[in-house]
Amino acid sequence: MAEDNKKFAVKIITPDRTFYEGEATMVEFNTTEGEIGVYKNHIPLTVIVKPGVLTITEDDGVKKAAIHSGFVEILGDSVTFLAEVIEWPNEIDEQRAMAAKERAERLIREKDPKTDIARAETALMRAMARINVIKA
Amino acid sequence: MASMRDIKRRKSSIQSTGQITKAMKLVSTVKLQRSKQAAQNSKGYFDYMYKTVQSMLAKAGNIDHPYVNTSECKKKAVIMITGNRGLAGGYNSNVVKLITRGNLPKEDLILYTLGHKGREAMHRYGYELAEDYSTMIDAPEYIDAMRLSSVLLNAYRNGEIGEIYLAYTRFKNTVVHEPVLMKLLPVEKGEETDVVETNAGNVPMNFEPAEDEALDMIIPKYVTSIIYGAMIESVASENGARMQAMDNATTNAEEMIEKLTLQYNRARQGSITQELTEIIAGSQAQN
Repeated sequence: MAEDNKKFAVKIITPDRTFYEGEATMVEFNTTEGEIGVYKNHIPLTVIVKPGVLTITEDDGVKKAAIHSGFVEILGDSVTFLAEVIEWPNEIDEQRAMAAKERAERLIREKDPKTDIARAETALMRAMARINVIKA
Repeated sequence: MASMRDIKRRKSSIQSTGQITKAMKLVSTVKLQRSKQAAQNSKGYFDYMYKTVQSMLAKAGNIDHPYVNTSECKKKAVIMITGNRGLAGGYNSNVVKLITRGNLPKEDLILYTLGHKGREAMHRYGYELAEDYSTMIDAPEYIDAMRLSSVLLNAYRNGEIGEIYLAYTRFKNTVVHEPVLMKLLPVEKGEETDVVETNAGNVPMNFEPAEDEALDMIIPKYVTSIIYGAMIESVASENGARMQAMDNATTNAEEMIEKLTLQYNRARQGSITQELTEIIAGSQAQN
C-alpha cells in the first residue's frame, strides 16, 4: 500500500482558534472509556475526552499536546477534535502545573467532606497531563 | 438674530463634541476589527458543535433525557447580553425591546444579565434579576462562559428553571446586527435533517459512551460554547453599532458647524455694515 494511503486529516479546533490542522498516520488520546489510538479507516465514532496527553504521529515526527476537555468525532478519513482546553508543551507553565498537582493531591488525601472529590480528581488529571506532556 | 458671540460659543462647543465622537469612532473601529477577528476564529468551533449535537439528537431519536424533555417548571431563565456602556445607537435598547415586547410572560422570567445597560433598563421595567455578570462582557473568555453555564445548568437540573433562553445581538456583518432570542434548553431539534446528511456523509455515527450518557457530557459543552459565541458576537456588534452611531454623530456635527459658520459670517457682515452706516451717518452730521 502506498505511503499516502495511511494518512488522514486531523483538525483540532478550540473556541478561540484552529489549534492544529494537518495530516497524521495515528492519533492517541485519553477518553472517558479509556485510552484510544486511531488509524485511518476507523469506524465512525464520537468520544468524550478525558484530560491526558494527545499524541499526533505525522510522517516526520510526533507532536504532543495536553488536552483537557472536549470531544472527538472520528470518521474514516478524518478526525476532528472540539477541544475546550488544549495546550502545546511550550504554552504550559511547569511550576504552576506542579503546584496544582500538589494541591489536588492534598485535597484528595485530606478527605475533607467539604471538598468536591470529583473536581479535585479532574484537577489532578489535568495537572498530570500537563506535566506528562512537558516530560515526554 | 443671535449675536456673534453666542454663535461662536455654540460652534466651539459642537466642535469639541465632534472631536470626541470622532475619537470614539476611531477607537471602536479598532476594537471592531479585533472583535470581528475573534468572532471569525471561533465560528468553526460553534458550527461544528451545533452539527454534532444535532446529529446526536437525530440519532438518539425520541430519547428520554432531562436536557431534551420539556420540564414542568414554568420559570424561564434568559441570558441577556448587552453592553456596559451607552452611545452605541440602538444596540442596548434593541435587546431590551426584544424581551419586553416578546411573547415571554414577564412574571415567569428570571434574567441573567451581562452588561450594565441592559440590567439597568430591565430593573426599571421591574423584571426579576438574577446575579450580575456584567464584568464578563468587557473581555469575554471561554472560562467565563463555563462559569455562567454551570450556574444555569445546576439551576436547570435542580428544577429551579424549566427553560433557558439567550438574548444577544448577532453579528451579521459590519453594518447589520440583529437582536435574537434563542432557546438553549431543552434542546430543540432544528431543521437538522439536511445538516446531518452532509455532516457524516450518511455514515451511521457510533457513540462511546452511548447517546444518553454522551448527551449528558456534550450538552453542557454545547451550552457553554453557544453562550461564549453569543458573547463575542455581541461584543463585535456593540463595537460595530458604536462605530456607526459615532460616525453619524460626527457627520451631524460637521453639518451643524457648516450652518453655524454661515450664520456667523452673516452676523459678522451685518455688524460691520451697521458700524459703517453709523460712522458715515456720524461724519455727515458733523459736516
